[in-house]
Amino acid sequence: MSDATVSPAPVRLTKARQAARSRGLWSDAFRRLTRHKLAMFGLVIILITAIFAAIGPNIVAYTPDKMDMKTRFAPPSAAHLFGTDDFGRDTFTRIVYGARVSLEVGVISVGIAATIGTFLGLLAGYSRRLVDEVIMRSMDVLYAFPAVLLAIAILAALGKGVGNAMIAIGVVYIPIFARITRGEVLSIRNEEYITAARSIGAGDIRILFRHILPNILAPIIVETSLSLAFAILAEASLSFFGLGTQPPDASWGRMLSEGRNYFRQSPWMGIFPGVAIMLVVMGFNFLGDGLRDALDPRLNR
Amino acid sequence: MNVGYILQRLLLALVVILGVTFVVFMIVHIVPGDPARVILGAYASNAAVAEIHQRLGLDAPFLQQYFTWLGNALQGNLGSSLITSQPVGPQLIQRLGPTLELTIASLLVGIVIAFPVGILSAVKPGSALDIIASFISQIGVSIPSFWMGILLILFFSLTLGWLPPSGYTPMSQDLGSWLAHLVLPAVTSGIVSASILTRFIRSAMLNVLGMNYIQTARSKGLTERSVTIRHGLRNALISIVTIIGLQVTALMSGVVIVEIVFAWPGLGRLALDAVLDRDYPLLQGAVLTVAVVVTLVNLVVDFLYFFLDPRIEYA
Repeated sequence: MSDATVSPAPVRLTKARQAARSRGLWSDAFRRLTRHKLAMFGLVIILITAIFAAIGPNIVAYTPDKMDMKTRFAPPSAAHLFGTDDFGRDTFTRIVYGARVSLEVGVISVGIAATIGTFLGLLAGYSRRLVDEVIMRSMDVLYAFPAVLLAIAILAALGKGVGNAMIAIGVVYIPIFARITRGEVLSIRNEEYITAARSIGAGDIRILFRHILPNILAPIIVETSLSLAFAILAEASLSFFGLGTQPPDASWGRMLSEGRNYFRQSPWMGIFPGVAIMLVVMGFNFLGDGLRDALDPRLNR
Repeated sequence: MNVGYILQRLLLALVVILGVTFVVFMIVHIVPGDPARVILGAYASNAAVAEIHQRLGLDAPFLQQYFTWLGNALQGNLGSSLITSQPVGPQLIQRLGPTLELTIASLLVGIVIAFPVGILSAVKPGSALDIIASFISQIGVSIPSFWMGILLILFFSLTLGWLPPSGYTPMSQDLGSWLAHLVLPAVTSGIVSASILTRFIRSAMLNVLGMNYIQTARSKGLTERSVTIRHGLRNALISIVTIIGLQVTALMSGVVIVEIVFAWPGLGRLALDAVLDRDYPLLQGAVLTVAVVVTLVNLVVDFLYFFLDPRIEYA
């Protein structure tokens, strides 16, 4: 975070210079983002993980559930880059497959949370009184549960498994998106361009999705990146508890829980999956911080 | 103090708690299919299914079930465990203590680390301390706490043998042993809060230190220490307290995870065991208790905020 940097006071540019300099909000933001070192570092981590998740299964030498009792607990070597586990399964291969699970769960659960949360927030912020009250008090209720505990409770009802974990994590993060969206809607609802749109006869739906939503996207995008970090951590925790990804599928959280008793004699079983989770989560955190700095220079002051 | 505001805030907390009870009640009712079959497994006899129906009151109309359950809950009757048949209430009370102990200890660890580090980082932004602190806090928010817990156990318990790897001793029984068991779990979840709090304290302090009255204080010839603490920190404290309050929900989430890793007999551990046993009344009780505690803590924080900053008027 670069709280210390003071943004320069807005300079009034002449029309000609303005036309020459201005490249629009999004391209300006993009330029700022590419200059944000940590954000780029985060993006690189995410891209590498995504590439592994996409083509990894074609480049690894083993299958994730291929057991080989002759090579149990093999330390890292040329044949087994990250060693093998208690069933002789290749740790590197399982990490590559785990990347798939982590990203899938992250993207789908945050997709659920962002879509429903943003929609509810738009509705709450735009309509008045009763609808707003009902939606936001429901969000307060969901927010009263610690995230992981609510996810555990939802999984208790829906049943274990990675699909239900996506739903559970998605539901848990709905209130965050709803709150952010509502706040943003309230702050721009009475802007002149909204009134103007209404006065030329635009309907509520058109105003909400064509005029309000595009103008409040920035904080939602930032929150999406930060939530991806949380969602990946949450999936790892749930799988660690045995509620998420089920055996024999590989997931980083599961690998840590399966290897827990062998960490001392085979540290690679405990180190690599943990480092993988940490790096990807860090990647999304860095990208989120960078996006915030790039999209909302106001927040930096 | 504004009585209207207090009443309004109390009412809101009440509404939230009522909503929480409904969500908790729903846990059993969104089970796909017949909850009794899910609890008992596929080969249960019809008589056993009927018994579960009767015990959970599943045959009554939906709303009536809710109000019956709520009425019982209000009287402290949350049903009995499906596994042990023990009433749920006393178990929750027994588990609440350890959870609160761990939560408070974690918050203390967080505060003790975050205040000095955050303040010093803000006083000299860009210094070596600032950069190292921000690097470590990035790791702190990204590291899975269950993994960090295991690594700490490996190092401090199994390798060095300094601290017990897991478990719990009641405070009243043996204070030393209680503390020894508390250290690792509290540090594990405390580091996460420390990481988040450090960033907030740093930016709150930076904001305040940029104010004109800080210049004034400095030009009066006050010592740097006095400027930072009496004029800086005091004013930054309002937003910091809010953040600490908001942290409580996140902290409880972390505590749930840490309890499970360290076999700490709190509500989080109880909830997970209940899920694995399909013991719905026990799970409902644990989740309800935690959510009510969180709501009450948020209420207290709101009032605290009010006392800390008398300038704020609530309509």
